[in-house]
Amino acid sequence: MTAVGADRRQQLAYVATQAADARLNVEIETEGMTLNIGPQHPATHGTLRLVARLDGEQVVEAEPIMGYMHRGYEKLAEVRTYPQVTTLINRIDWLGSFANEVPFILAAEKLMEVEAPPRAQWIRTVLFELSRIANITLFLGDMAVQLGAITPVFMAFRDREFVLNQIEAVTGGRFHPNFDRIGGVKDDLPKGWIEDTKQAMEKIRDFCDEFEDLVLGNEIFQSRSRGIGIVPPAIGLSYGLSGANIRASGVDWDLRRDGHEALVYDQLDWKVWTHPDGDSFARYWVRLQETREATHMVDQLLDGLPAGPIMAKVPRIIKVPAGEAYAATENPLGEMGYYIVSKGDLVPFRVKIRSASFSNISITPWLLKGVYVPDIITILASLYFILGDIDR
Amino acid sequence: MTQLSSTEIENDVAEAGPQPDKRREAWAGQLAEALDDGFVAHHIIAGSDLWVRVTRDSWTDAAIAARDLLGCQFFDWLSAIDWLPSPYGRDMDAQEDNPQPKAADPMEQGHAGGQTRFQMVVRLYSIAEHLGITIKADLPNDDLRIDSLIQVYAGANWHEREAWEMFGIHFNSHPDLRHIYLPGEFEGNPLRKDFPLLARRVKPWPGIVDVELFPGEESS
Amino acid sequence: MNAGVAMSGLLAVEVPYWATAIIKMGVIALVIPTAALVLGYVFLMKIMSFMQSRLGPMEAGPYGTLQLLADGLKFLQKEDIFPEKADRTVFALAPLVVLVSTFLIYVVIPTGPDAVVAQLDVGIFYALAVSSLSVVGILMAGWASANKYALMGGLRAAGQLIAYELPLVLAVMGVVIQAGTLDLQKIVTAQATGEIFGWDGIGNPFILTQFVGFFIFLVAVQAELTQPPFDMPVAESEIVGGYQVEYTGFRFLFFFMGEFGTAFAFAALAAVMFLGGWALPWGDLEHWAFNIVGPVIMLVKVMAVAALIFWFRFTYPRLREDQLQRLAWKFLIPLSLLNIVVTGVFKVIL
Repeated sequence: MTAVGADRRQQLAYVATQAADARLNVEIETEGMTLNIGPQHPATHGTLRLVARLDGEQVVEAEPIMGYMHRGYEKLAEVRTYPQVTTLINRIDWLGSFANEVPFILAAEKLMEVEAPPRAQWIRTVLFELSRIANITLFLGDMAVQLGAITPVFMAFRDREFVLNQIEAVTGGRFHPNFDRIGGVKDDLPKGWIEDTKQAMEKIRDFCDEFEDLVLGNEIFQSRSRGIGIVPPAIGLSYGLSGANIRASGVDWDLRRDGHEALVYDQLDWKVWTHPDGDSFARYWVRLQETREATHMVDQLLDGLPAGPIMAKVPRIIKVPAGEAYAATENPLGEMGYYIVSKGDLVPFRVKIRSASFSNISITPWLLKGVYVPDIITILASLYFILGDIDR
Repeated sequence: MTQLSSTEIENDVAEAGPQPDKRREAWAGQLAEALDDGFVAHHIIAGSDLWVRVTRDSWTDAAIAARDLLGCQFFDWLSAIDWLPSPYGRDMDAQEDNPQPKAADPMEQGHAGGQTRFQMVVRLYSIAEHLGITIKADLPNDDLRIDSLIQVYAGANWHEREAWEMFGIHFNSHPDLRHIYLPGEFEGNPLRKDFPLLARRVKPWPGIVDVELFPGEESS
Repeated sequence: MNAGVAMSGLLAVEVPYWATAIIKMGVIALVIPTAALVLGYVFLMKIMSFMQSRLGPMEAGPYGTLQLLADGLKFLQKEDIFPEKADRTVFALAPLVVLVSTFLIYVVIPTGPDAVVAQLDVGIFYALAVSSLSVVGILMAGWASANKYALMGGLRAAGQLIAYELPLVLAVMGVVIQAGTLDLQKIVTAQATGEIFGWDGIGNPFILTQFVGFFIFLVAVQAELTQPPFDMPVAESEIVGGYQVEYTGFRFLFFFMGEFGTAFAFAALAAVMFLGGWALPWGDLEHWAFNIVGPVIMLVKVMAVAALIFWFRFTYPRLREDQLQRLAWKFLIPLSLLNIVVTGVFKVIL
């Protein structure tokens, strides 16, 4: 095949440039060092590998290498029925699992032209926001621990537990709920759940206040994160950055508000937080505000929960009519979407998973040029990726 | 295009409902005008989505036009679809039950049509208008190459690498076409339909047949 | 602490020179692991756990008191691994150098009128000098490990420790000017018998007049110990433990003991120089009973200072290397110089 020849030529060209770089280094009598960060490294929480060429402590070039956890969900989904697929995609972003199911179910519902009854949609939205909190609280602790403060992460784990308990009380699963169904949700809310959840939200709000003081207000944290890893809005968009990462660059775009998916965000009173700076600090700040906003949203959702059925009329054995549909939601990590191609069968013909972290992390080679080694950690932590979301 | 404050922006989801048809029509019209012969077909689902199919040669032009004319600054994703009906069926049966590959069904392309087995798909999104567009392009069966979009959207880099390894599509002038997920010595293109899912070739999947009946329900 | 010396004073028994030397060595050899264990248990395991809303070790012994002992035994059982390309001699020696530097500090720390291993005229000068020996050990470890992370950690440590030697010494200068001596024993006496602007109710613990010096000393100690917010040389999330990354078993244990032993030693130095050491401002400082009470008083003060040191450690995030250097050269050193000038002026006026 001709393509192979071209590949080989390109590889050779690549090797040649590498060799030329090495010669250059010899001429000016410094020696670059290639540092292999990961796949087993505390800062990569997962198995991301970063190959960084360093000059002293300055990064000349850095390239993330992933695939250590590639599970091939797009291929596996092609032989599983629609309800079976949700089990798989729970494992994409494992910190906010329920949020993974929603866009897939929404895309399938689009194709089937069913709409979940209002109560189901409200429950979906509640759980969606709860998984956002469960996800982002961990980020709030994790970035602090990446910057060397060892205590906040324990607080994050402590308070995240309240949210996980609430998710578990409804779905039966702490990490992988597998709760969303085409046409509704699996179960109704248990008795007393609403009060418990409101109390948990109180705790999360306290947690947010605490972190605003403890982490955001800390001079060392600020000096480590302000002005580090600035993403200009246009560059960020062309790399496909989404979610809090792009909102921290001042782009006022949130799929919860601007998307056209059937969740009930338009009936809530809430605010999209943006920050003009685009640096690591801004990303942390935006996520912290979003967590607090999410608790208010959960409160509103619980107050306005309509009565009614939780499942629409759908056939027992789900065959999705032929067609193509793309649905995307604002997941904790950013835009997550599923492009489903159906041929009117029990299984999807093709599922393209658009996961947020994959695009978010693709900016790193651009962003890491010329930074210092400690800043690699800041930038990676603030971009916030989850390996399952990159590798799928 | 980018707004710095968040409070003053009107919540425009509610009024977006009835109009998007016109807006999407307008988009398709604009693209058709810009691409001329390169524009092959389009498909609109009212209030939901827009598909546009372009020729392979105007692939980059379509992306540029979408970015500059339609304001689709956000690069969502890029991938490909293999329209070949799977020769292995759904892999519900064990190999010993169903040793012969099935005769292929006729190929059937989706929205906005298509002629060939492989089709490129790219999704772009306009932050200002909150509209997305899916652009497709057919690839000739004997020459799986297409221009790279890196010059238009920097983020296309990794998506193209993924499409390259999963489908074996070559991207012209891509600087760094290497494996992204699979190990370097991996052979084959896993997301092609004729690439067998080996786990299923060995063992049947106990899926779908054992749907339990509800109490009092009779099987039909 | 240092019971042998105390006993000799107490019983008025003539102990031959060689016997005191052996007793002293034995005591020091006991004190350091004990100090490391106590600090490790109280602060690293318990206080830190309580700060992080967890219990810490609870199984080994009552309230997990024996946990560190168990950890120590575990380290001893582990295989002694040398990296393939490591410089074996240097690699093996490095933890010893670090530990020896810790041992040497203890020699001059007084815990009673007679309970001191060696009363040197240049005590404080000596203590700070030998404490910087550990840099050599760390550089050796970083270089000999043949590991990029270790090398970076070693270089960072060297840059950091050298930068913070200066504020450390300058911070002590104020105390030395006020006490008029470098001898730690005499610094203790000066504090117990001193007076603050004519009032001698509690003597003159130098923390009251030298609070700037105390602050600088604590910050510099934090950097010397490579603890957060200055733990870049061992930054877990960046360079995975820095110079320690290739060490296992008892060699790692040496580093661990060195770290906590040095923390104890610096806390003791701070207690001696700023908090009045083993003495109380009341009573006869020459009385033999201070050889018994002194170590206890000392321990209380040391734990108080150590609590501060470790509290910082558990609270703050980590600075970047350049920010750390900036802090040292642009803030701490000018401040300590100013402190010296002010102290000198007061000394002359009063």
